[in-house]
Amino acid sequence: MTMTDRREWMGLVARSDPGMLAHLLGELPPHSLARAPETGAVMVRGRAGGTGAPFNLGEMTVTRCSVTLAGGEVGHAYVQGRDKPHATRAAILDALMQGDRAEAIRRDVLAPLARHASQRAATRRAKAAATKVEFFTMVRGED
Amino acid sequence: MYVAVKGGERAIENAHAWLAEERRGDPAVPELSVPQIREQMSLAVNRVMAEGSLYDPDLAALAIKQSRGDLIEAIFLIRAYRTTLPRLAASNPVNTASMLVSRRVSATFKDAPGGQILGPTFDYTHRLLDFTLAAEGEVPAAPTAPADTQDVPHILGFLDRDGLIEQAVPNDDTPADLTREPLELPADRALRLQSLARGDEGFVLGLAYSTQRGYARNHAFVGELRIGQVAVEVDIPELGFPVEIGEIELTECETVNQFNGSKTEPPQFTRGYGLTFGQTERKAISMALVDRALRWRELGEDFTGAPAQDEEFVLSHCDNIQATGFLEHIKLPHYVDFQAELELIRSVRAAAFANLEAAE
Repeated sequence: MTMTDRREWMGLVARSDPGMLAHLLGELPPHSLARAPETGAVMVRGRAGGTGAPFNLGEMTVTRCSVTLAGGEVGHAYVQGRDKPHATRAAILDALMQGDRAEAIRRDVLAPLARHASQRAATRRAKAAATKVEFFTMVRGED
Repeated sequence: MYVAVKGGERAIENAHAWLAEERRGDPAVPELSVPQIREQMSLAVNRVMAEGSLYDPDLAALAIKQSRGDLIEAIFLIRAYRTTLPRLAASNPVNTASMLVSRRVSATFKDAPGGQILGPTFDYTHRLLDFTLAAEGEVPAAPTAPADTQDVPHILGFLDRDGLIEQAVPNDDTPADLTREPLELPADRALRLQSLARGDEGFVLGLAYSTQRGYARNHAFVGELRIGQVAVEVDIPELGFPVEIGEIELTECETVNQFNGSKTEPPQFTRGYGLTFGQTERKAISMALVDRALRWRELGEDFTGAPAQDEEFVLSHCDNIQATGFLEHIKLPHYVDFQAELELIRSVRAAAFANLEAAE
């Protein structure tokens, strides 16, 4: 497990649809809550001029959770919104990815989530592309 | 002096019961669900998130339902709710250059790399009522076209590269937060931007318009307006590395403004900046114009006395929850205050009449 890997799956799960994650993950393995799901706010920052000094834009709701599996793997999750079961599932997934079921989870849960996310992004891009202006110039006056 | 007066409980309870009934409206008409508001009144939801200063479309939709569509009341509900949330973290500054854009236009460069992407806009509609919407029906899917997956570059970056515009130099300072410490003046640009981002759209629009009409005119062009999804990344202390916690929709406006140069700066364009939650472009453009007007001091410009340049005036009055709180409180009982005024005017009048009589 590399850090890049873990960042990727945690981000993917945080952005995923709660219903879809619940469906793909199915029955949850035995786990204990190292930190029960808690909803709070994250202050979102921007930069003046897009690239300059940071400023506080406003908050977003976030739910975090930490779990421990029977094998001792500890999973963490920070997910957008107030859905506590979603945060718990995300933390369980993070823990599962550190155990011997990692490959199966990658194939059966992460891969479909990633496909869904990239399809959504592609659809958005394609709709945006259809609204791209094609300029043409009218020839004016006499030559 | 404040005197507690009791009473009115039954009247208040009954008023609230009637409010609930009025909110529901005619029971023969199907009730609105929160997801319906979230999906079909999405620009109202966006405004409530932007000015409520909390990104959560479900909560904003709920607030709109509860407030019977009174958006300032909905923003009030969101502001009250956000005070109950523990602050878990602050995000790393969002990277708007890697935005998944649904709209991106420039009023300054026709052939900007990445193109002019109109997105789901009201621009170029005829503003004629569409009576087909009064009948329920299916909407055809929006057309698609082949797209590339590269990031859309910031247009002001091209001016920046040629040194024609002031630079927006990055730093990693921790910005002051007006939700944590009371706003003190003079405020730095970070505090001004935070205040404007949550400020009332109508108020900020009016101020921006005043700059266009000549009160602190600064000749703004919309260098770029973009709307789209960005990832929000937070450093997780348990892990020691940053993780994406979600995705939010933002509107960003960068203006290019005239500037003649100063003793220390060569002649170059200057910038105004607007960034807001959701698809809220009127607000983002207004914010950029007012941000630029408020920068007169750091750019060595004259203070012309225009309201949009007056930081105290702008920042103290742009928050619609503060404004409505103070404005609407004057309709609540002031019986004792008024009693005192009444006593005073009676005694003053009595003295005045006595003087008149004495003079005769």
